[in-house]
Formats: sequence, structure tokens, C-alpha cells
Amino acid sequence: MTYRPAADGTHPPLLSPGYRSTGLRAPSQAPVVLPQRLTEVTGPALTGPVGPSDADLTTQHAGEPIGQRIVVFGRVLDSDGRAVPDSLVEIWQANAAGRYAHARDDWPAPLDPNFTGGGRVITGSDGSYRFTTIKPGAYPWGNHHNAWRPAHIHLSLFGRAFTQRLVTQMYFPDDPLFAQDPIFNSVPDEKARLRMVSTFDLDATRPDWALAYRFDIVLRGGDQTPFEAPHDEEGHA
Amino acid sequence: MTETPSQTVGPFLSIGLTWPTGYLVVPEGSPGAIRITGTVHDGAGEPVPDGLVETWQADADGRFDDPTFGFGRAATRPDGSYEIVTVKPGALGDGQAPHVDVSVFARGLLDRVVTRIYFPDEAAANAADPLLAGLPAERAATLVAAAAGPGELRFDIRLGGERETVFLVL
Repeated sequence: MTYRPAADGTHPPLLSPGYRSTGLRAPSQAPVVLPQRLTEVTGPALTGPVGPSDADLTTQHAGEPIGQRIVVFGRVLDSDGRAVPDSLVEIWQANAAGRYAHARDDWPAPLDPNFTGGGRVITGSDGSYRFTTIKPGAYPWGNHHNAWRPAHIHLSLFGRAFTQRLVTQMYFPDDPLFAQDPIFNSVPDEKARLRMVSTFDLDATRPDWALAYRFDIVLRGGDQTPFEAPHDEEGHA
Repeated sequence: MTETPSQTVGPFLSIGLTWPTGYLVVPEGSPGAIRITGTVHDGAGEPVPDGLVETWQADADGRFDDPTFGFGRAATRPDGSYEIVTVKPGALGDGQAPHVDVSVFARGLLDRVVTRIYFPDEAAANAADPLLAGLPAERAATLVAAAAGPGELRFDIRLGGERETVFLVL
């Protein structure tokens, strides 16, 4: 089993001049192709660091965080449509005012003593995951004149193999800040870009408590599917 | 189905991605434990203080039998340095020299970059390794850690500039 590369335009080029910080961090030499061997087609199965309150970011402190409660949920799949079960999903995000609980975030919006913004969960047998959190706010940053990051939640996925490792961001539907954001727009293909935008889901809301956004995440799929070798059923040989 | 695109971890990745013992692939003081330390540099040679290094490797016998073993994760410190405590992986028996796969994430990296750590006491195996053997010597050298004392190795990662680390596409 090897994992096929993504279609052109799916992932951003490392050098994306609109996002200034890529200038000194994008390697200048072309990457060297490494055939996928055992190290690449295996990957960690991590369950240890997940604590009982890690899936609900609104109950990690003594009081209620400020902001709109939301449920963020979906499935982790590979590009062949197969679920990725028993896999660690990690999220981190700003609070409702757009500020991160981090010493180096100097955006002068209020910190929320009841919100840290970190969460973890393990996917279920069908690849599903679910967090309860607070809708993050947009925030300005120094990339260009009047630059604002659209509201977003960072997500980290491991998949089943080193090749499937992915860090992405979930955005919210109809955000007016998309057009001016060089990180969102670093993804060349528009259809791929729109895969980072979640869907409001009224049916998944928690009545009188939390709005809900669905976000399915698709990791690299296989070049072949040797785990399910063709077989003949009894009597149909 | 279409893959979900990659995005940067941003500067505040430590809120969600790190845990205090992530750098310990094996506990401190384990038999055969080695400490790999290094600094992540940007293309101007400046340290990257908001990066994350993840490692994945076989066990000391060259096996991947236990998927809960072999993963390390360390955020870079304000001086750009990181450390991982692990064991030297065994050879896989397929012609590759012992190696550790590495992912580097940081603000300004819209996708992780991937590299490998090879070991300085494996001159013969490294010379026969398909990846190292296919590179010019000075570039291959960026993938081999330096001995830095008993049980200590140094592996600096340079995202650009002179002696830019060889990065890999899988």
C-alpha cells in the first residue's frame, strides 16, 4: 500500500508571497522524491494524551467561556472514502474576541479566563469526531495593510500513516474576510479551498444551547487497496 | 473525494499540539536512550521559535509492531532549539540505513516539510542507503546527525540558506 499524491492545486505552495512569513521559511530547493517504504506507510496510533474534558472546550475551567457555543463535528476519511477510525484529532483556536491564550499574542482583545482553546478527541469507528467549543473571533495581524484572519479553528490529523499527516484550518460559511486572506487563498484550486469551509447544520444544533458546524476532513488515499483483496463468496465462484 | 488542503499551524500551535512529555519517545534514562537536539533555522539563519518537530521511527530492532511507540513531538524553544529523547532505530532490512522520519511545522510553513535523520556511526549503511546515495555528498550530509557526546546527537534543520536541509516529497 502506498499513498497517492493530492491533485495539483490542493495544497498551497510553500512559497506564497502574499503570506509574507513564507519568504524566509519556504525551502528554496526542490524536494527530493522519497519512495514510500515501511517508515512512511506506518504511523503513530496516539490515544494517551486525551483527557476527559478535552472534547468540550467550554468545560475546561471553573466558569462558562464568553461567546457563542458551537458543536464542530464531522468525519475523517481518506480520499477513497474510507473512514479513519481510532485516530487523534487535535484543535486549537482563538477565543470569541479573536485572541489566543498565548503569551505571544499581543492583540489587545480581552483574554477569557474560562477559555484556553485547546481540544483533543479520538475518532470513532466510523471516523467521526465531535467537539463543543466557542466560535472564535476574527483578528488583525501584521501581514499587510488592514489584514484580518477570517475566524478559523486549527485542526491536526494523523491518519493511519506518516504520509497522511495533515494540519489544516476550518473556516466558517460566508465569512466576508475570505477575499483578503492570503492563507485561505494560498490554496490554488477553488474547489479544494472551499473544502476548508464548514457547513452550518441546523439538525445538529443542541437546542437552546449550541449551534453546529459540520466539517469532514479528507486525507490522502491509497494507490491500491490490498487490505481488501478480491475474494469470491461461497457458491459464487 | 478531494483532499482537504494543508494550512499553517500558525504561531500558537502549542495551545493544541504539544504535551509536556511529547519529546520523550522513551523515558529519560532508558537503556540505549539517545538525545537528539538541534535548532530550526529560517532562510536567513535566524532561529524559528514557533516551530514544531515531529519524529516517527522503528524501534531498536527495526520493527513497527507497536504503533504506540516511535512518535516524538517537540515545540521549538524561544532560541529555536528542540530535543527528542529516543532510541536508535534498527535497520529495516531492506537496504535502507537506520533513519528517523521528521516533520517540521511552523508559522510561515503552509504545509509541513519532511526530512530524515540518519546516524553518524553508520557510515557503511549510509553509503548504501538509496536516498543518501542519490544525493550530492554535501546535500546528503544535511541528513546525517552529528555526534555530540555519549548518547548525544545534534541535528540542525535549515529551511533555507546555506546548507539548506534536504526535504522530501512522499
